[in-house]
Amino acid sequence: MSISRTAKWSLRLVALAYLLLLLLLPLGVVFAKTFEHGFGVAWSWVTTPAAISALWLSIVLALIAVPLNTIFGVVCAIVLVRRRGRLAALLDGIIDLPFLVSPVIIGLALTLVYGIHGWFGTWFLNHGIRIIFAVPGMALATVFVSLPYVVREVGPVLRELGDEQEQAAATLGASGWQTFWRITLPSIRWGVAYGVILSTARALGEIGAVLVVSSLVAGQTLTLPLLVYERSSQVGAAAGTSSYAAATELAVISLVVLLVMTVFTPGRGRRR
Amino acid sequence: MYLAVIVLIPLVAVVVNAVNQSPSDFWQSISNKVALDSLVVTLVASVLTAGIGAVMGTLLAWVLVRDEFPGKRIINAVIDLPFALPTIVVGMTLLALYGPSSPFGLHLAYTRVIVLIALLFVTLPFVVRAVQPVLMELDPEVEEAAASLGAGNATIFRRIILPALRPAILSGSALAFARSIGEIGSLVLIVGKVQIASLVIFTDIESSSSQAASSLSLVLIVLSLIVLVTMRRLGGRVVH
Repeated sequence: MSISRTAKWSLRLVALAYLLLLLLLPLGVVFAKTFEHGFGVAWSWVTTPAAISALWLSIVLALIAVPLNTIFGVVCAIVLVRRRGRLAALLDGIIDLPFLVSPVIIGLALTLVYGIHGWFGTWFLNHGIRIIFAVPGMALATVFVSLPYVVREVGPVLRELGDEQEQAAATLGASGWQTFWRITLPSIRWGVAYGVILSTARALGEIGAVLVVSSLVAGQTLTLPLLVYERSSQVGAAAGTSSYAAATELAVISLVVLLVMTVFTPGRGRRR
Repeated sequence: MYLAVIVLIPLVAVVVNAVNQSPSDFWQSISNKVALDSLVVTLVASVLTAGIGAVMGTLLAWVLVRDEFPGKRIINAVIDLPFALPTIVVGMTLLALYGPSSPFGLHLAYTRVIVLIALLFVTLPFVVRAVQPVLMELDPEVEEAAASLGAGNATIFRRIILPALRPAILSGSALAFARSIGEIGSLVLIVGKVQIASLVIFTDIESSSSQAASSLSLVLIVLSLIVLVTMRRLGGRVVH
């Protein structure tokens, strides 16, 4: 289909203008507002004890959720692709649930099971373990929302790969583990890497589910996104530098993640 | 087992909690004015998001695949921005641009329009990333053949390109719809008094009325399931 120069330019213009107005302009305004009183003021807001502890909690939650979901994701993708049957189909449907269900509903669900009057919550409380309104519940919520990414990134790669190489390795006498480490894992590494980056971004940025199960106590159960929320709702409509600074910090972290995603996953465009 | 503990048992608890009340209580918690209003706003905004997203997403994918211009790789990376950016940051950016202290005098915060803008922002990549690979693999020879047989651009687009892209567009906008139905992070700071379903659920949880929250949750879950299943029927598998 050959289109005229004018049509081409207007399509390009509409596309770029849409991106600029919807994504880039708002982001620019946040950066501008962060630094309107100078860099020092913004810096002092992200180095308060509450902000530093929020950053740490966010990192800790990501460090719990991402490795767990990576191991689970790789195993699960192998099962889904290599085994056919009803169980695999059911599993396939369940994996998508964290994408389909609202984060708030995820938070509610965890409260119903692990909360004070929850199914297992009473037992845990009797043994002195507090889950909801504490860090364990937030960890559960983070694991929940970031669960599907690795499975969904590794699955298509495995399917495209086929299993001839694995069978060849097996006929040459390789054990299951050897095949996995020397054949399967190296071929799916870009899928795994991309899944890990996506889960990390989600784990660091999650707010809906974590908001429900956090007690919102600064220094204890505030993650970086919750800190933005807290600061912004405190000052109300005239959200000040404090919340913009925290938002910029979070944005910079995620922009780095995005950069890593673009630079280190060259295989992506080809595969998709 | 892992899946059961993390995902299934909690979700079953929501359903059980919603069903485990008298039908009239259930009906009351989803048909009171606040809940009903929030459902309507959420549904309308989600349908609009899916629709506008389908058109603009296809257009963006077209420009990214068929057009060549300097800086295209950067634009391609920018598409992923909404996936990488934490939703609360999206909320802050919209508050900065459209809030009371807007530098351009755009006071859209706390209106229904801002809900739509936020949803378009967070769901932007879905359609683009679904359509892009299909468009890449589309054989231009078919289009050339059509052109040589005298078909105009509009005909080629309608008869050749659109049918090939339809499954991808549908599954992309179905995902966008499902995401919109449950979105909270980007909206929590900017909706003000506009009621959206996920925030009503949150308020219900905060006021310890977990049965009301569960009832509304069940409605949302069923809604997104219906849309996804229909889209799957219409357009093949949902790609992520």
